[in-house]
Amino acid sequence: MSDLFSKFDPLIQQRQALLDTGVTDPFGLVMERVISPTVAVCSGRETILLGTYNYMGMTFDPDVIAAGKQALDDFGAGTTGSRVLNGTYAGHRAVEEALKDFYAMDHAMVFSTGYQANLGIISTIAGKGDYIVLDIDSHASIWDGCKMGDAEVVPFKHNDIEAMEKRLKRIPEGAGKLVVLEGVYSMLGDIAPLKEMIRVAKENGAMVLVDEAHSMGFIGPNGRGVAEDQGCLDDVDFVIGTFSKSVGTVGGFCVSNHPKFEILRLVCRPYVFTASLPPSVVATAATSIRKLMHGEAKRAHLWENSRTLHKGLRDLGFKLGTPEPQSAIIAVIMPDLERGAGMWEALLNEGLYVNLARPPATPAGMTLLRCSLCAEHSAEQVQTIIGMFERAGKAVGII
Amino acid sequence: MDRAETAARIAELIDPFNKKGIEITDNTSFAGDLEWDSLTVMDFVAAIEDEFDIIISMNQQAEIETYGQLVDAVIKLQG
Ligand SMILES: Cc1ncc(COP(=O)(O)O)c(C=O)c1O
Repeated sequence: MSDLFSKFDPLIQQRQALLDTGVTDPFGLVMERVISPTVAVCSGRETILLGTYNYMGMTFDPDVIAAGKQALDDFGAGTTGSRVLNGTYAGHRAVEEALKDFYAMDHAMVFSTGYQANLGIISTIAGKGDYIVLDIDSHASIWDGCKMGDAEVVPFKHNDIEAMEKRLKRIPEGAGKLVVLEGVYSMLGDIAPLKEMIRVAKENGAMVLVDEAHSMGFIGPNGRGVAEDQGCLDDVDFVIGTFSKSVGTVGGFCVSNHPKFEILRLVCRPYVFTASLPPSVVATAATSIRKLMHGEAKRAHLWENSRTLHKGLRDLGFKLGTPEPQSAIIAVIMPDLERGAGMWEALLNEGLYVNLARPPATPAGMTLLRCSLCAEHSAEQVQTIIGMFERAGKAVGII
Repeated sequence: MDRAETAARIAELIDPFNKKGIEITDNTSFAGDLEWDSLTVMDFVAAIEDEFDIIISMNQQAEIETYGQLVDAVIKLQG
């Protein structure tokens, strides 16, 4: 019998070699207690959180929590059913209404995760003989949506408008075309030139899907994302988003103005063949989304935090993923995995949690320490964080 | 362009990515012999696509493992 696990041996060995150097396992961290959106207790120690996607700090919002508790009391712990059978409660409709209001769009469809939203929408709308043209740095859920469907998949170089245009022009006459882009790319925290890209996509007869997972609630005048910020949201056919970041709970969605959109509820398998979100989750999501519509002050503070941290780290001599802050994600580029893991651990010992990201999740084989800011980080916390980076960076020999 | 010309042009495009100077035959495999990673593959595919003004989708790439198969695929895609 050949062991089906032998294909994982190189990874098992690489992981063992890293742990043998004595560093704490970066993928074994447990949050023992969560004190606020920005502070948790890890290994008995109070730690500042700088590696969550809790951009708007909604996880502990009192109205959000109250809505969740009420829904638990009124509707129970779970739906035990698919959206198309017994799994659509008043709360699921209410959160879809909240999304339609938030984006000012005609249709909203809620999935159990953002991963499933991409999986479902992409694999269902692009079928045999159609072409999906997508950025090479797309999120795993986009790639998996492509893999699950029957369309021809054509990637282009990250954010390269000309490369995208060339590929669109070579697609055979009459074939259906879907261009898939993201507003913010979560590894380096850079944004896409959506206005130009969407113009080119439309000129070439393509429909456009934009994943705004990392921009919702924060970027754009109404927090609708990068497309809104660049004034091209009206030309986006499908926006994909998640409740697991700014909204502060779990779930995914697609909003659209397509007149036939509702048919997807019957044909989209990752929507049909899984249980719907628990009532408490959709209640927290709906409350949070409605509050995010009025989040101007929080958005302004989050931008301030992003600018301060970016400048602070750059001035210390760290190499960053973007020349200027473009989102709430600031990626610090590490020279290699060993020193990246060392730096990650040194920061944890300082009392700071950041994300260690490594291939294959990262582009160009990079090891990154990804910092994601929260609107609830105080200006003082950001200064503390910069001090921690300075001490850890010197101790590990990166700056 | 006949097969020999297409093959010669593709060999020229392989050259800058052939860091170890591996000899190219019809059976040379991109992953196995040339040891290309996914980023190299993307850059190389883009070069081929631009040269011949074709699209080689990921679905088609999955079936192309060797130089010989690539030459055949490019000829077919040019129609
Ligand atoms: C760009 C992008 N799309 C989709 C997702 C999936 O979201 P979810 O956590 O709701 O599955 C993520 C989150 O990791 C993401 O970064």
